[in-house]
Amino acid sequence: MKETIGFPRALLFYYYYPAWRVFFESLGRTCKVSGKTTKAVIDSGIKVTVDEACLPVKAFHGHVQSLSGACDRVFVPRLVSVEKKAYICPKLMGLPDMVRHNCTGIRQILDPCIDMSRNRKAFKREVYATGRLFTQNSLRISTARRKAQHTYEAFIRLLEAGLTPIDAMIKLNIYDGQDFENSAIPHNALTWRKGAETRPLVIGLLGHPYIIYDSFLGMNVLDRLKSMGANVVTMDMLSPAIIEREAAKSPKRVFWTMGRRLLGAGYYFLTPGVVDGCLQMSAFACGPDSFIGELLQQESIRSQRKVPFMTIIVDEHTGEAGIQTRLEAFVDIAERSMLR
Amino acid sequence: MKLTFARLGNSHIAGKALLEALGIDVVLPPPPTKRTMSLGSLHSPEFACLPLKVNIGNYLEALEKGADTIVMVGGIGPCRLGLYGEVQRQILEGLGYDFKMIVVEPPQGRLDHVIRQLREITGAQPVTQYIRAGHIGWSKLTAIDALEKLALELRPFEESRGCVSSALEAALKCIDEADSPKAVAFALENGKEAMKSVCRKTDSKKPRIGIVGEVFMVLEPFVNCEIEKCLGEMGVLVYRSIYLSDWIVEHVVKDAFRIFRKSKLPYELAKPYLCHFVGGHGVETIASTVDYARQGLDGVIQVAPFTCMPEIIAQDLLPTVSRDLGIPVMTLVFDEHSSGTGVLTRLEAFIDLVQMSRRARR
Repeated sequence: MKETIGFPRALLFYYYYPAWRVFFESLGRTCKVSGKTTKAVIDSGIKVTVDEACLPVKAFHGHVQSLSGACDRVFVPRLVSVEKKAYICPKLMGLPDMVRHNCTGIRQILDPCIDMSRNRKAFKREVYATGRLFTQNSLRISTARRKAQHTYEAFIRLLEAGLTPIDAMIKLNIYDGQDFENSAIPHNALTWRKGAETRPLVIGLLGHPYIIYDSFLGMNVLDRLKSMGANVVTMDMLSPAIIEREAAKSPKRVFWTMGRRLLGAGYYFLTPGVVDGCLQMSAFACGPDSFIGELLQQESIRSQRKVPFMTIIVDEHTGEAGIQTRLEAFVDIAERSMLR
Repeated sequence: MKLTFARLGNSHIAGKALLEALGIDVVLPPPPTKRTMSLGSLHSPEFACLPLKVNIGNYLEALEKGADTIVMVGGIGPCRLGLYGEVQRQILEGLGYDFKMIVVEPPQGRLDHVIRQLREITGAQPVTQYIRAGHIGWSKLTAIDALEKLALELRPFEESRGCVSSALEAALKCIDEADSPKAVAFALENGKEAMKSVCRKTDSKKPRIGIVGEVFMVLEPFVNCEIEKCLGEMGVLVYRSIYLSDWIVEHVVKDAFRIFRKSKLPYELAKPYLCHFVGGHGVETIASTVDYARQGLDGVIQVAPFTCMPEIIAQDLLPTVSRDLGIPVMTLVFDEHSSGTGVLTRLEAFIDLVQMSRRARR
């Protein structure tokens, strides 16, 4: 029987699953993704983590537990850094240690250490070390690595074209869950807007991928906004050039990759005329977001609040009705600001 | 220029001495009170960690006293401290204050950067002046650390409640007034004598508790509800894992002159539990706990600000350390709502537990 590698559907699964799946499949392994986030998944995560941990980390633990018995190894990478001189989040740096000590039912954890803060050599070495767990043939590993790289690039292009990560995975035929989310290919609302006759309502949505694309943690925010007639643009749909240009407005370079991208996207969305409303969605007690949110708030005040800006914080107790009401109110305000 | 900086325990005494020796006008923020905390949390993001809020409170009160320049440390992450300067500047500017913020970034092996940043604060001055200022600042800092350490050793044996703390207070005042390294050494000796004179014999067996955690929470008695004093007055010998002078040697001096190797010891001690650095004091917290367990201490208390990312990782792993090494561990998380009474109750319960496990072991 083929060895199965389990992928928890949480945290940066939404960015790096396609590449790793192609990598492992090229090495003759099968991949299994945990189910969608549910109340039961969150509850089992909450049971094994400390109260102070943030919701996405708790959800991650829940997903790991749900994979117990269903796969031979669970993939819990130590994501230190994916670019020079920037980290992602301290919690992702300690994640394999936390999982190892909290989820005692897990047989084996696959935890490559991804650190590109100095150079890409260490990363390459780590990929080869991971590949060598499955084959001694270096050529096979290097082919698998190249394939994974191509898949990742294709995936990022699809995100920039306006697809959500799950939709992009479906398009690339690397998603085999039964839950087809929105198989119709949407469009990037920002590019569509230029040629259109009637001006659509566009909302810029800021948030970590594991919140806004997770239908449970993010309370289906994408679908909710769509059903209210709003087109949603996320930071993943913006070109890196725009994000870097905007993020460079901060005199101090933000040393979290996601934080800097959120800040860049946020500054862009807060520029009058780009979108009709900027919505930030963040998890309770998220460290980086507390600062990024404040910097965006200050920018919003400096620009005399020309673009409506709202922050929604989700935690394990968030109720759907509360979110719905606030989103409706926000869309109303965004519509009014569009007509003005 | 009227310069101010955030408070951290008693270190302002040394900071003031250093800057005044360079001819700079220093406006110290008043000692933190409830008002500092309310002001700080009113204007800070809700989920920012507590040090940022207290710093904002310090700055607001110092600006009220007429300060016009703020010095703050920077950083390169992943801990939020590195972004404090920028966020604080924007918050205060948003409130309409007119001031200049100087953020001193870590040297990372570039001595010329350090010198340029120093010049920005002090203006051009002869090198001897810097050395003289550094000497007096450093001697005061080490003296403060020595006195605080002695107080931890003496408190369980004091003749009457609080007399060691008041002797420490008086000694710190003498250190503050001393105007040369020689005078500092003299004040230090006098202070030590005075503190020892109010204590009984120090030979009976007292429970020993280590304090680990985030540097600001460990060093600032106002935010940790005077945990050291409370424990000491309950008859506990307290071991503090961080002293500012050690921290400066490890993180500033060794970072500036890359000829000394940074200590690898914390990483080795923490390895079975946490095998990668996670920013802040995460690894050090685990390492100190392991170290204290090996030294045979009776318990460890972790202090951390609410939402502190590195400490959350450590907190998550500490129960395993505690189980493996058989040492009771308690985590206290502080925010602007923490009250001394609540903390005291939990400390008492913890000490009861520690005493019980001590008896069981015998």
